[in-house]
Amino acid sequence: MANELSEAQRSLIGTKNKKGQVYTDPYYLFNEAPRTTAFYTGSEVIKEAIRRASVDVMVAYPITPQSEAAALIGELYAEGYVADYMRGESEFAVMSQCAGAAFGGARVFTTTAGPGTMRAFENFPMWVGSRLPIQMIVTCRGINSPLSIQPDTLEMYFLLGTGMLIWHAETAQDFYDWILKAYIVAEQPDVHLPIAVCCDGFFVTHTKDTVSLTPPDMCLPPYDPYRSPVPCMDMEVPPVRMMRDPFVMKSNYISYLTHASWQEETRAACERSRKHTIPMIDGLIETENTDADILIVASGTAVSQGREAIRILEDEGIRCGLVKVKVLRPFPLEELREATKNAKYIFVPEFNVIGWLAQELKAALPDNHRIIDGPHVAGGMTMPAEVVVEEIKKTLGMTVATLAGRGS
Amino acid sequence: MSKEKIAICPEFYDIMPPEYRDLVEQSTYGKEDRGWKDIGQSKELIEEHSLCAGCPESIAFRYILASLPNPEDTVMVGSTGCTSLVFPHVAVHNIHSLFGNQNAIASGLKRALSVRFPNRIKDVVVLAGDGATVDIGLDMTLQAWFRQEKFTTICFDNELYANTGGQESGLMQKGFVAKMAPVGKKFEKVNLPEIARESGCCYVVMCTVSKPNLVEKVIKNAIILAREVGPTYLQIYTPCILEIGKDSMEGLQEMRDSERPGERFKYKEYITDEAKKYLAELEASKKEALVAP
Repeated sequence: MANELSEAQRSLIGTKNKKGQVYTDPYYLFNEAPRTTAFYTGSEVIKEAIRRASVDVMVAYPITPQSEAAALIGELYAEGYVADYMRGESEFAVMSQCAGAAFGGARVFTTTAGPGTMRAFENFPMWVGSRLPIQMIVTCRGINSPLSIQPDTLEMYFLLGTGMLIWHAETAQDFYDWILKAYIVAEQPDVHLPIAVCCDGFFVTHTKDTVSLTPPDMCLPPYDPYRSPVPCMDMEVPPVRMMRDPFVMKSNYISYLTHASWQEETRAACERSRKHTIPMIDGLIETENTDADILIVASGTAVSQGREAIRILEDEGIRCGLVKVKVLRPFPLEELREATKNAKYIFVPEFNVIGWLAQELKAALPDNHRIIDGPHVAGGMTMPAEVVVEEIKKTLGMTVATLAGRGS
Repeated sequence: MSKEKIAICPEFYDIMPPEYRDLVEQSTYGKEDRGWKDIGQSKELIEEHSLCAGCPESIAFRYILASLPNPEDTVMVGSTGCTSLVFPHVAVHNIHSLFGNQNAIASGLKRALSVRFPNRIKDVVVLAGDGATVDIGLDMTLQAWFRQEKFTTICFDNELYANTGGQESGLMQKGFVAKMAPVGKKFEKVNLPEIARESGCCYVVMCTVSKPNLVEKVIKNAIILAREVGPTYLQIYTPCILEIGKDSMEGLQEMRDSERPGERFKYKEYITDEAKKYLAELEASKKEALVAP
């Protein structure tokens, strides 16, 4: 892991920041440093991760369910753990303020959700094309009208095409570890892309969970902006004329080729993140009993509901395997093909109306008639494990006891 | 940045493009009394541009770049429009990201540079057209001023959307017939200088680029005040000769005509007492330095 740092970063390992935290080798921090257990909400977990992340600039804006986390980072700023902090005027402005800070060589953090994420959207492909390794937490919530603030993962569907790295945490523990690890992956010179670390709003942000934390007096080495594949905009590197002819509006082959090859390069950079991500979070997917005929493939808290459904099915003598999709971009194509090769039925429970994960799987897996895109819930509906069990049993042609309270 | 940072390795000197060699040998980075008079005598920080022949924006660009007090530590932020065709030719770092978000980008940038270089001056200068500043980006223009973000905002006011072909903008004159204003614009030219004053800018100027001495003075004032006192705003008339039916040679006269007494670009300046005091003290300390042994 140490070789994933620059010389400038390595030279700081063992020294202290102004809060007395020791800049610590990320490998040691993640794998060997002593851990203590705490009982925290997801929002508090975000705060504790950022306390240890050597963040330079955080831009905040209120929107449920991320407001609490965004305000807690403000407390870190007041305490001196984050160098600068501001409230932007809208998510579009916030994401541009994040971009400005990242262009200027800062390690940048922000949090967003639902309609706010949608409002900010023009910025995300720009972050990618500008190679800004900003970390954005998405605490997913509904984006439909009539107004909803409830859990729903629809905004992730829209993020899939932006070129950003996208991870989907299941638990508070995932969240804690991944927020720290995301910076190390996103800032690698051959990746250097923005990363969306997503979780299901309320289910993760507003519930308490047991989390094992690294020591508060150890933190990540700071960002080194001179490892960027494009110049840092601080006038510390030569400001040569970037191009003889601006590519915008030129209708010629060189212009088209430049745009096309840069788009391909940013996608390739996303794929290159695999080699850093796989050892960092132990693979893009996690599997259990993939030799079973029946498989549940899910991401986020739908994985937890899947686990519970599997336990119920086991009690009834039905064997079912599980695939937890941790990373959506880069898409774990080969891993998923391998993990699902034995399955006759692939169930995809999701907290959104369109079933975007099922769509992704249908486009990626052979014999996609095996994929049952459901059950879906949306608009804040919970997905009891019994609903997953019912979907599976119905599909298998088994009789199902009518679930209580469903009006039939 | 110091000039050493752009020095060329001797072994590669002969293969470097001539404009880069000129930049190293003849640019005015670090020259204390740099100004518009350097144009034509030393390497300018702007190469040839791709604007229309005779475009007043192109000469405004040259005056501004020649007048930056600290180009070796200045980062400029642009927006989409004709200016974004010029920025790629400019020898200071510059950011184009989206249309209208320039003051939000500059807010984040200035903060990052302040965190990373606490003991050095890093100037941030926004330069965007009137569509970006007053229409699509107005929210972010004003909010940066409310927050007292310490950078200069320059608006090239050509009173329409030039780059997309001459559509109505908020800074267009009332009654002007343009694309998207087929029977003439129905409301008055937005009075952004007054709004800037009310929004917390400590120095606001509206002018044309007909007088290079004046442009140099207001650019220097605006940037120096933005460092220490607060946000500053310059609105500079750069007529789009193409869209108002003028020839290449007529841009200068158009600016002179528009700045006559009673005309809409008559020189207008607003400066707070605090800013005035700061400039006076700066002037006094310069004089003191001259007489000191």
